This record gives sequence, structure tokens and C-alpha cells, in this order.
Amino acid sequence: MEHYHMNLTLKVWRQKNSQASGNFDTHSVKNISSEMSFLEMFDVLNEQLIESGKEPIAFDHDCREGICGACSMYIDGQPHGPWQKNTTCQLHMRAFKDGDTIVVEPWRSKAFPVIKDLVVDRGAFDRIIQAGGYISVNTGNAVDANALPIDKKKADDAFDAASCIGCGACVATCKNGSAMLFVSAKVSQLALLPQGEPERQSRVLNMVAQMDKEGFGNCTNTYACEAECPKGISVANIARMNREYLGASLGSED
Amino acid sequence: MALDSKIPAGEMKEKWNDYKGHVKLVNPANKRKLEVIVIGTGLAGASAAAALGEMGYQVKAFCFQDSPRRAHSIAAQGGINAAKNYQNDGDSVFRLFYDTVKGGDYRAREGNVHRLAEVSAAIIDQCVAQGVPFAREYGGLLSNRSFGGTQVQRTFYAAGQTGQQLLLGAYSALERQVALGNVTMYSRHEMLDVVMIDGKARGIIARDLVNGKLERHFGHAVLLCSGGYGNVFYLSTNAMGSNVTAAWKAHKKGAFFGNPCFTQIHPTCIPVSGDHQSKLTLMSESLRNDGRIWVPKQANDSRKATDIPEEERDYYLERRYPAFGNLVPRDVASRAAKERCDAGFGVGTTKMAVYLDFADAIKRYGKIEAGKSGNHSPAEADVIAMGKKVVAEKYGNLFEMYEKITGENPYELPMRIYPAVHYTMGGLWVDYELQTTVPGLYALGEANFSDHGANRLGASALMQGLADGYFVIPYTLGNYLADEIRTAAINTDHPAFADAEKAVNDRINQLMNIKGNESVESFHKRLGKIMWDKCGMARNAQGLTQAIAEIQRLKKEFWSNVKIPGDKNEMNTELDKAGRVADFIELGELMCIDALNRNESCGGHFREESQTEDGEAKRDDDNYSYVAAWEYKGDSSWELNKEPLEFEIVKPTQRSYK
Repeated sequence: MEHYHMNLTLKVWRQKNSQASGNFDTHSVKNISSEMSFLEMFDVLNEQLIESGKEPIAFDHDCREGICGACSMYIDGQPHGPWQKNTTCQLHMRAFKDGDTIVVEPWRSKAFPVIKDLVVDRGAFDRIIQAGGYISVNTGNAVDANALPIDKKKADDAFDAASCIGCGACVATCKNGSAMLFVSAKVSQLALLPQGEPERQSRVLNMVAQMDKEGFGNCTNTYACEAECPKGISVANIARMNREYLGASLGSED
Repeated sequence: MALDSKIPAGEMKEKWNDYKGHVKLVNPANKRKLEVIVIGTGLAGASAAAALGEMGYQVKAFCFQDSPRRAHSIAAQGGINAAKNYQNDGDSVFRLFYDTVKGGDYRAREGNVHRLAEVSAAIIDQCVAQGVPFAREYGGLLSNRSFGGTQVQRTFYAAGQTGQQLLLGAYSALERQVALGNVTMYSRHEMLDVVMIDGKARGIIARDLVNGKLERHFGHAVLLCSGGYGNVFYLSTNAMGSNVTAAWKAHKKGAFFGNPCFTQIHPTCIPVSGDHQSKLTLMSESLRNDGRIWVPKQANDSRKATDIPEEERDYYLERRYPAFGNLVPRDVASRAAKERCDAGFGVGTTKMAVYLDFADAIKRYGKIEAGKSGNHSPAEADVIAMGKKVVAEKYGNLFEMYEKITGENPYELPMRIYPAVHYTMGGLWVDYELQTTVPGLYALGEANFSDHGANRLGASALMQGLADGYFVIPYTLGNYLADEIRTAAINTDHPAFADAEKAVNDRINQLMNIKGNESVESFHKRLGKIMWDKCGMARNAQGLTQAIAEIQRLKKEFWSNVKIPGDKNEMNTELDKAGRVADFIELGELMCIDALNRNESCGGHFREESQTEDGEAKRDDDNYSYVAAWEYKGDSSWELNKEPLEFEIVKPTQRSYK
């Protein structure tokens, strides 16, 4: 792999707090290595800002290996930037070339208010899980793990759905600000497993109700969510959730 | 002070049962009146908060991330051990206990480790019941793999995302308790001190990281589940936010710190590529099941890996350790890689890397696949294509991650790997009940020192975190709280809260008022370099003595020249980081003091003065068979307390993987 260095112009959203109105600031960074990660380039920029007596840009990040779901930058019009099936922290600078201008914004969605600069509040996702994204089993009640064999295909599908990292890229990219991919991934994981069966109906009804309450939009089948999902969560989960919801609505005794 | 480990009397395999049979209980009506604070929401914290909420305690849980689901347990890749013996390959509670004590190089407490092995099976049951999608076989039953340092297959996994799936299971249980009103969740909050009243931990001072406000929270007990301190090295596989602050504040309030120098350097990480590096990424140990590690036989060989013929490759782990080969424990594998690189056999541009090669595995799997379809003389290209598919199924996400970071395709070229700081076996000293030397203050998971001795075996961290949270603390905490049922919740107007808050506020003001010229990041990098060079994979008395002096100078410089922009009454990530780095600097000094004191090699702690003729670590059981529990005595001052280790069952021998 050839390594190279580049000079870049960055247009970054700055917003002091949730009440303030924000604006784009323009910065230039020099001599950035193609081997750096995108966030390491941001580290360089932030050190530069601190050096010149300015406040660094606030952004969420933690594991920097694509699994915690904290990082959340909207880069050149795409959540997590130009690479497919990728998080911001795993985007590397070889995706860019010398002289590029890169525009960086926070997730923009009614249900994800901006806290500061590129940091948004995704507490709505936690509240949706609280509404039913679990199996009600108190510690110590479990039977032997192999007492209940699970069809491998179903187990694999449940795993694929469960690999969602809760980053919110699906919401950020959706023109309706819909959280259907996130919610359906959890509904699917638990609906596919026999352990999830007892609460199958109430779960989907409650999670969808909470999703609506949080102000997320509806799904109009554009599938941008799947295209931008860093973990490749399939929209087939949305179809499954719709079936689950319909079944539960018709069959529910509540 | 004499340390009482409170190991129950009786036969090893009956201790935990006996303890549970006699421990004090709290009745349900009283549980509702008792408040418990949990710091950190990784595997240990989330499982503890959920389990205690289920029991009816009033729990307050805190994490610095924006959601409890993001704690760094999420990044654990390979798996979780359990003595299920589903593979009929001779595993048992005793074997898991034995392997863990031996793997820890005889520096862990037998009683704790036996309990860990005993509860391991129940963890898998609990997780499956929560809907954790572990890997399964075609018959629908759970799949297992083997991991370094053992000869049985006892590791349960979910592709390369086991930690994620286990944490999301614990997180869902936690969120269920939030919905039921048993747990109150405080995200984007950082604990900045423990509040002590009449010698007991009675609460915390926390800072809301969004608006900078300090908050007082009362608890009848405080549980620290705040993870490890690998970021003292700046570069590690830990998350950027992982820190020692909560544990360090507890240490300064009287909790002893156990074996601080015991650090795990993981052998298979993606090597450093330059000065810009902010963190290192692990490539799961499970890769060593199929990958072969080698370097060229000729020093400074600059040929491409694929141009080096088979007979000119040195598979040094297979050569040195024929019985375990590429599956030797982490400490052994890491040192062997360092030895080859230091001797000039390293590869890649920096020459600080070795190869992890899947070419043989691809061929082997390809032949098996061809055989399954009845083709016994397949073309080589077909074999390779089929083999790649099998390897992709097993390790696909790891290979993708490697390619994203390095830009190289590991299906075609061997991976380049090098050891990196990964886990800290040391931590707050706790007794059998997970209580620190401060009454009412507990430490769970990586934050405590207890189960892994001087070296942790792969797939044991997840096991310990969940064991502590789901199956140990629900019993042991009751033993303390049963005597607290008459203690009404203490009003946070109490002077102890006011004083603690003032001290925290003063320190923040002090940091903000330095207005120096050097960034927090720069100090952190300098600390990391001292630690890695002098308290890293190999340590000696001279280097450690120098390191202590250098860290003391660095500390002075930090407190007179650090530059923190912005305001304290708003989200200020530099201020958050500054507080953490200040604590890391103090911890770094203690780690070097501990490493200097322990003039023996054991597990991940390799003192160059103490090695065998062929360069293996040499323990000194006569002089160092103890837990070093350090008591804080004021600025740069500690007193060593020793907890002698006794081995009833697993008699210490020189560890051999040959």
C-alpha cells in the first residue's frame, strides 16, 4: 500500500450547546498521512486548535474499532463518510486526496438534538430498548443453555440483527428521520429466538409506540438506512417487524 | 495492616456453597430501602446493576459514555470460557480452575478462582436465556472453540463480537430494570470522588459531563465496575475514554491497590504505523487457532512475505513450544515476538512486527471442503477459493477490520502483528466478597485485582466480569447490607458530601487555572512513552528507577503547564481528559514502584534480572508469593501490605508450555 501525505480543508459544524445556533467553521490541516484514521486527523486538528488558544471540536468517540457505536459524524453528506459498511472511526485518510475539502456535520434528526458541535443526544434509543427490547428473565432463572436447540439459520439471522451498534446512522441518513432499522433489528433478534416468544407481541407494540413518541419519522422504503449501516443490517428486518406488528395488533388481547 | 481475604474455611470445592448457605440475607421489604451506586456499565457494572435491581435494591448506575451500551466490554472479540464440557473433551470446573491458576502464574487466590470456575456454566445459561446469539452447530446446539493456554474447547463465542453480544444482553437486562424503576441511569456522568462517613463509603460526587455541574449521590454501598487502566500507556487496545479515575479516587480514600504492575500485553495487535496513532486494535487471539506465526530466518530480510520460501521461515512459537505451539498463553507469545524483533528479525516498514499467516489454514480447510464434495484431487485454485470461504466464515469481520486499518488483504498476504497493552490484571484489592479495604466500597470485573494473577487467559475477562456482576455480588453485598437496614438514607447536605464536593471543585479550578502551554494529549503521550519503554514488556531495576524520577518530573510539569481551553461549566472534553491523565500519572508512578519491588518474573511481569538460561520468566516463590497491596499515604508515598498466597490444590511449578 502506497502511503502519501495531504493538505485538506475542513468545514466543521460548531455549536456551543443545545440552545445556541451553530455555524460552519473552516479549518485547514497539513501533512496528513494516508495511514491515519479520520478521527486521528481530527485529533491533529484539535491539537492545532488548542495550540492557537481555541476550543477543540467536541465529538463522540470511544472504542475506535467500529463496535461501540459512539462515533457519529456526517461526512460529505454521508453518515460515517464515503466507505461502505464502515464507522467514522474506521474510515482512514486514504479515502481522501491532497487538496480535498471535507464537510463534517453532526447527525441531524429531530429525535437526536445536538448537545455540542458534533455531539448529539441519542437517549431516545435507550428509551426504546426500555420499552421492550429485552427478554424478561431475572438472573438465576435460566435452564441449561443447550436444553433448547435453535435452528442454526435462525440463530445466524438473530446474530446478524443483533450486530447493530446503535450508532444512529440509519436515522441520520433517512429523509424521514425514521428509526425503523434500529428498532426492527432488536425486534427481529428477539422474535427469531424461542426465548423471545412469550413477549413477542407486547414487545413489538411497545417498542413501536415508544419510537413514535420519540418523534422518529415513518419508513417510506427508500432503504438509505441499509445502504449506510456500518454493520450492514438488512431492511428485511423492517419487513419482519411490520409483519410482527400487524400480527400483534390483530392478535393482541390488550 | 493485616489483610483479611475472608476466604471461607473448608474444602476448596465446598467453600462457595458453604458461604452461600450461611451468608446474611436482606428481606425484600428492606431491600427496597437500600440504595446501591454502581460506577461503570460494562459487563461487570451492567450485570451487577441489573441483578441488584431485580432483587429489589434501589440502584443508581453511572457511565461516562452517552449510553451504557457503549462500555468497552463491547469490544471484546474472541469469547467467554465456561466449564460446560459440551465437547466431551475432559473439561470440568477443576480443569478451568487449574488452568486459570496456572495461567496466572500462581499469583491469584485459589478460593476466588475456584468460585469463578464454579459459576462459569450458569453465565452461559443466563446469557442464552436473555437472547444472546452465540454461535451454534447445525444441530442447533452451542459451538465451542479453543483459546490460548488451554487444551480443551470451552470457549463460547458470537463470531468475533462476543463482548458486544454479552454486553447488549446485560444492557437489555439493565434497561429493563430502568423501565421498572429499580435502576436510575446517569449517562455522560463521571465519578470524581467517594464520600466517606464514619469510615464507610456512603456515596459519590459525580460530574455531569454535559453541563459540568457537580452532583452528590448517596448510597448504602458503592460498587466500582470501572474497568482497567491500560490507557496509562497511552497506546492500548482500550477505548479512548477508558480510565483509572474512579478506582484512583477510591485508592486515595483508603482502598488498597493490588499488584498494579501486572499488565497484559496482548500478542496479536495491529502494529503502530506512526506518531499520529491514537489507539491500537486487537486481532482476536482466536486467530492463533488457525494462523501460524513466523518471521524470516534471516535478519533484516526485506523481501515480501510471499517471496520468502517455506524453508527460510522461522515458526518460532512452534519451534520453541512444541506442545502448545501457536496457542501458548499471551505473555509467552508476546515476549517471544519481542525477542525476535529485538534480535532484528522483525518485518514491515518499522521492523516491529511478525507475521500471522493463514495460507496453510486456507489450504487445509479448502481440502476438507473439497473432500466433503467427493473431490479428492482438486485444483489448487479451487482449494484456495474454498478455504478462503471457510476462513471468512470464522474470522470475516476481523479480516475486514484489518484491511480497513492497514489497506492490506490478509487473505493474500500474512497479517503483520505486534504485542500491545490490552488488559490490567492488577486493580483494587478486594476480599472474597469483592469488598475493598474501605467498608461498603466494592470493586468488580477488571477494576479489581483478584482472579487472573499475573497473566489472564483468553476468554476469561468476560467470564469474570459477568461472574462478579450476576452471581457473586448479589450474595456478598447482602452480607454487608444486612447490617445496614437501620441506616436511613443520608441527606446529601451532610458535611461529608459538602467537603467532598468542595475538594472536587477546587481540583477542577486548579486545573483550569494553570493555563499553561502544553496540551493534555501531549502529557499523556509522554507518560505513555515512559511506561512502555521502562515498565512495558520487559522491566529492570535501572529503567524502573529512572521511570519513577521521570514521572515525578512529568507530574510537576503537568500541574504547572497543562493547557485546558474552554469553561468548566459546559461540555469540556479537554477538562475530562485532564483529570484522567492527572490520575494516570500518579498511577504510573505506583506501577513502577510495584514493578521495582517485585524482583521476580511472573506472567506478564518480566524482570530481566529474573530469567532462565533460555530466556523464560523465572518466578521466585520463596520471596514473592504474595499480593502486593499498596496503601496510599499522601503525595508520591505508599506503604506495601502483603497478602500471602497459599496454594492448597494447584502446587506452583515452573510453568511450561513446551
